[in-house]
Amino acid sequence: MSAQAGAVARVTYGRAFYGLMVRDARVLRREFVSFLLRTVMNPLLFVFVFTYVFPKIGRGLGGGASGGATFATVLVPGLIAVAVFFQGIAAVALPLATELGGTREIEDRLMAPLPIALVSFEKVVFSTFQSVLAAVVVFPLLYLIPAEPVSVHISSWPLLIAVVIMAGLLAGFLGLLLGTVVQPRQIGLIFSLVVVPITFLGCVYYPWQTLSAIPWLKVLTLANPLVYVSEGLRAAMTPSIPHMPVPVVLAALVAITGGLGWLSTRSFIRRVTD
Amino acid sequence: MDPRPLELRHLVKSYVRGAPNAVDGIDLTVEHGELFGLLGPNGAGKTTTVGIATTRVAPTSGSVRVNGIDVVADPARAKASLGVVTQFNTLDRACTVHENLVFHCRFFGASRRAALDRADELLERFRLTDRAGDMVFELSGGLAQRLQVARAIAHRPTIVFLDEPTAGLDPQSRIALWDVLGELRSDEGLTVVLTTHYMEEAEQFCDRVAIIDRGRILVSGTPEALKRQHGDLAIATLGFSDEESARRAAADLRGFGTVDEDGLTLRVATADGAGAVPGLVNAAGPGLRALALAEPSLETVFIALTGRELRE
Repeated sequence: MSAQAGAVARVTYGRAFYGLMVRDARVLRREFVSFLLRTVMNPLLFVFVFTYVFPKIGRGLGGGASGGATFATVLVPGLIAVAVFFQGIAAVALPLATELGGTREIEDRLMAPLPIALVSFEKVVFSTFQSVLAAVVVFPLLYLIPAEPVSVHISSWPLLIAVVIMAGLLAGFLGLLLGTVVQPRQIGLIFSLVVVPITFLGCVYYPWQTLSAIPWLKVLTLANPLVYVSEGLRAAMTPSIPHMPVPVVLAALVAITGGLGWLSTRSFIRRVTD
Repeated sequence: MDPRPLELRHLVKSYVRGAPNAVDGIDLTVEHGELFGLLGPNGAGKTTTVGIATTRVAPTSGSVRVNGIDVVADPARAKASLGVVTQFNTLDRACTVHENLVFHCRFFGASRRAALDRADELLERFRLTDRAGDMVFELSGGLAQRLQVARAIAHRPTIVFLDEPTAGLDPQSRIALWDVLGELRSDEGLTVVLTTHYMEEAEQFCDRVAIIDRGRILVSGTPEALKRQHGDLAIATLGFSDEESARRAAADLRGFGTVDEDGLTLRVATADGAGAVPGLVNAAGPGLRALALAEPSLETVFIALTGRELRE
């Protein structure tokens, strides 16, 4: 009896979860242009200025410290990591700020017949999908725009896929946490205070190993989840550039994703129930 | 036995330790097909009670069953068998009128085809078809409310909760809302539980009401029965030409019952009903300009029970 009831509940939860995904997909389709602009603008300008304009005007960046690879090559995994990360956080935190804030329309989603934890998990799953999409959109820009040679050699597709998906989940949970602990009005401020430092200190523009020149920073950046995403993508896409060992990257990503998942889900449940 | 649509037992909710309980031991049973009204001033605990019954607020103690389902133990199943219209507009702002209904149906497991059909049917029934493609923020308050009701019943619940559904609506939209609720009850046997602080509405439309104040149910029953039992106080409203006369009259009128002073107006709650009129006129003196005697109503029942007016 209870096993049967459990099976019925799983079917109901599954369909409700799917329904939430269908709704999010519809909204994403409607707002696809702004999704593209949000995703593309930062990497496009960055790659254009630093790997097209700078070489043309004779101001090289990067160089020797990265094992002979061009700066453009260093940037490929880094900027994909940023795109995935930024998209994941924004895709959860920004709508959540509206839904929890003035409109309280989160109440509508909460009335769907599934546990509250699955309502928030759906947001994270859908944001992961958007993160993967962001990676796919950004890659050609990074490959085609630079004036200097870009050498990408995918060493392991499974690793690449695993890192991108885990990075998406991690960023989604981080977005969920930020969206629930921060006052909706201050969500813009959080982007400057949290997301920008994470990006600049996330080993995006330089491999982690090159930080040996600044030991304190090398240690400090280990607390930054984006570091593991950048390094993991480096291992998967540009293996010739020095990168962290793959097991370390995967272990760190699993641990941080698990921790943030637990923390952010608890925070969401507290926020929406009295 | 067929489970009741709603059963509350010894329900208590405390938001802040040490502060008075928002809900302080409510027992309530709602029967099939009833239109049940929870009446009381703002802050009486009505919204909290509805919040608990609809899984959105966790009770401190006590039990809630909706169609026999324990809402605390099994919120997902409870949500599938109830509908709710909250006090605030919680429509999906990122979607159109039509999509709000379609996605709601899909959350509740309907197939794409079934959801589209149900949405069309509801748009027709709630006279929203010509607004189907509009984004919901373009709707007026009355239309948004109508769409919220349509959405609340879209997954065919057997009981629907409405929290202050008529607050902030223009008179025309109010009438439309009552019409819709009436239709849904007669066509589908829907059970309706609503909260309101408009006593006249409750009296006119509810089968049964519970008057709630400070987290407790003071009385419950049909409006007629409550008026019979507690409505023996008539409220006489006296208007005066000047404040001096009003003040003087207030002192003399206390012999008839409690007197509530409000500038040029005095309200006297008297047990003698219409029989008190000659005496009131006499005691009021020459400054009296107007006198109105209110029939017993749920408003007078509330005053009789609490000694206070209902107005916030």
